[in-house]
Amino acid sequence: MNSEDLFKEMAQSITDGEAEKAAELAKQAITLGIDPLEAINQGFVAGVNYVGDQFSCGNMFLPELVMAGEAMKAAVAVLEPELTKRGTERKMLGKVVLCTVEGDIHEIGKTLVGTMLSATGFQVYDMGVDVPVMKVVEKAREVSADIVAMSALLTTTMVHQKDVIEALEDVGMRTKVKVMVGGAPVTHEWVKQIGADGYSEDAIGAARVAKQLLGI
Amino acid sequence: MNGKIKSISNPKLSLEILSPEEIQRLHTASLDIIETTGIRFPSKHALDIWEAHGAQVDRSTSIVKVPGQIIEDALKLAPSKYDLAARSPSQDLSLDGNHVFLGTDGCGVEVLDINTGKRRMSTWQDVADIARVGDALEEIAFHWVAVSAQDLPPRTRGLNELRAIWENSTKHAQTESIYNEWEASAAVEMAATIAGGRDALRKRPVLSIMQCTAPPLGQDGGSVDAALIGAEAGLPVGFMTMAACLTTGPATMAGTLAVGNAEVISATALIQLAFPGAPVFYAAAQTASDLRTGAYTGGGPEDFLFGAAQNKLSDFYNIPLSMGSFATGAKEPNWHAGVENSLSTFMASLVMSDMLLGVGLLHGSRIWSYAQMLMDCEIFSIIQKVMEGIVVNDETLALDVIRSVGPGGNFLNQKHTIRHMRDLFIPQFMDRRPYNIWEEKHDDGRDWALERARNILNTHQPELLDPAVAAELKIIIASVEGV
Repeated sequence: MNSEDLFKEMAQSITDGEAEKAAELAKQAITLGIDPLEAINQGFVAGVNYVGDQFSCGNMFLPELVMAGEAMKAAVAVLEPELTKRGTERKMLGKVVLCTVEGDIHEIGKTLVGTMLSATGFQVYDMGVDVPVMKVVEKAREVSADIVAMSALLTTTMVHQKDVIEALEDVGMRTKVKVMVGGAPVTHEWVKQIGADGYSEDAIGAARVAKQLLGI
Repeated sequence: MNGKIKSISNPKLSLEILSPEEIQRLHTASLDIIETTGIRFPSKHALDIWEAHGAQVDRSTSIVKVPGQIIEDALKLAPSKYDLAARSPSQDLSLDGNHVFLGTDGCGVEVLDINTGKRRMSTWQDVADIARVGDALEEIAFHWVAVSAQDLPPRTRGLNELRAIWENSTKHAQTESIYNEWEASAAVEMAATIAGGRDALRKRPVLSIMQCTAPPLGQDGGSVDAALIGAEAGLPVGFMTMAACLTTGPATMAGTLAVGNAEVISATALIQLAFPGAPVFYAAAQTASDLRTGAYTGGGPEDFLFGAAQNKLSDFYNIPLSMGSFATGAKEPNWHAGVENSLSTFMASLVMSDMLLGVGLLHGSRIWSYAQMLMDCEIFSIIQKVMEGIVVNDETLALDVIRSVGPGGNFLNQKHTIRHMRDLFIPQFMDRRPYNIWEEKHDDGRDWALERARNILNTHQPELLDPAVAAELKIIIASVEGV
């Protein structure tokens, strides 16, 4: 198979949301000595873009976006060691530390945002749920995060979004990171009140907001 | 106010949405899920109870796998009928399978201000005002905490919200905003103060506790702990699943029902294992997630079908149901809200759901609207009327009257007409005026509903809570404030 055909198959595996197939094609690329960056950018990313376009015009839906995102992740995971070996790396849009705040175990919205951000090209550090304030701050410092993104589903736990922002201020990091918040009770007024930078009601919007915040 | 409460009872309409075989299959599927996949109970207290009763408990994941027989035996211990007590005994609600009672929605975070119409963050005063309007409305049988008292500290917010309801209404309160053990203990103390002691509370539970499950197939640890405290005190407790097609449940409705049912019956069985015979209820607000955003929709055909199916399941377990109906996804009181709230409530009423939730909130239970509240009450009144069906007997057939009027006459001047005309429905918020009047005024039901809410808020004085009791409630709240 020539590389053109392989790239087409790669794109198709993403469009079909076939993670195993995508990983297998990534392995083939390595065996054939194809530049892993080319495999990503000319192969797999084409699939991501297609799915994104189809979603925008209403022909594809959220589960297809999620499956495509996971297939992309599987392909990149195979190609990453090869990238390191060659001393190159994939250019990411930015680093996002993501969590559901302390005292809150609601996961699905947060995870969906993570998937959308990854699929859009962000490096996502998903810390899971019920994450203590200082752990978020430490992680943001450790990875030099561009964005801290926090979810909360309860009005009583939502206050920890504010605590994280204050903690970022206390350690002098607030000017270096953008803060995004989300979750059912979060409103524009709340975002203003706690001094966050961005907010979206859904995961697709979150990816858009993240790009805006970093001026992309 | 000790006014009467409007409910649906002795319905002539019914709906067979699931056959007995289908219900049995759903039940078996849920048992299979609980036994082989397991349910997460992140609460030490709960895990201890499960272990003591022979369930397989994994302490590292908090997942329990329970043999179906244990679940079935435990559920049989639950009482099938009991009363929800009110501050005023004349407003007690009998959950006997022959009544549908209406409650407000919860828990919103914003309010469309009753005077300015502007959207703003909700406060304690809003909780109090909404309770006061609910106290005056015969359609409202019980209260949920409609909006969050965001001007108060989170630690005692849930307790202060309960205080707001009890200070402004004599009706039953069902809280969905108590999330842990100490909060539940304080809420029980407050309820006991209202009822006149712990024994009196057990006999007349003026408070019931609703907890959300954490779909798919999980519980919130603090919520389970809080429910156990409530059940110990004899308060009716219920678990609500909001498992939704596509995200927290399979895309198929049957699969999502099986998942949600597994969450509810596992938690309900836990309560029975801990406190055999404790009053419990089934609670549900299942729907389909939106295909584009993944958001909880709170409306649409799936929502309506779930609304009817869930009571068939709670009937199968022979426990009352608290059902999320109304609660439209619409952004304002409009066409969308009218369609969703009418159909969801109609479907849930056809199967005689014991408690209906959801009055007054918009945008997926986020924004409170007084106009929507009043219009939702009218929807309920319409459905109540529909559920009465058509009565056929000598008096209603009225053959004598028909004979005496004869061809070409009219029935306006008949005694029979005077006797029965008030059986006909008189809408409050539907525009039946001549066209030219509407053209001149350009107002509609939304304006009238809002005006009526304003009027109630300005004039209705609820029966005051005994000042000594009110003071005691504040002391209980203060005692947990700084801990």
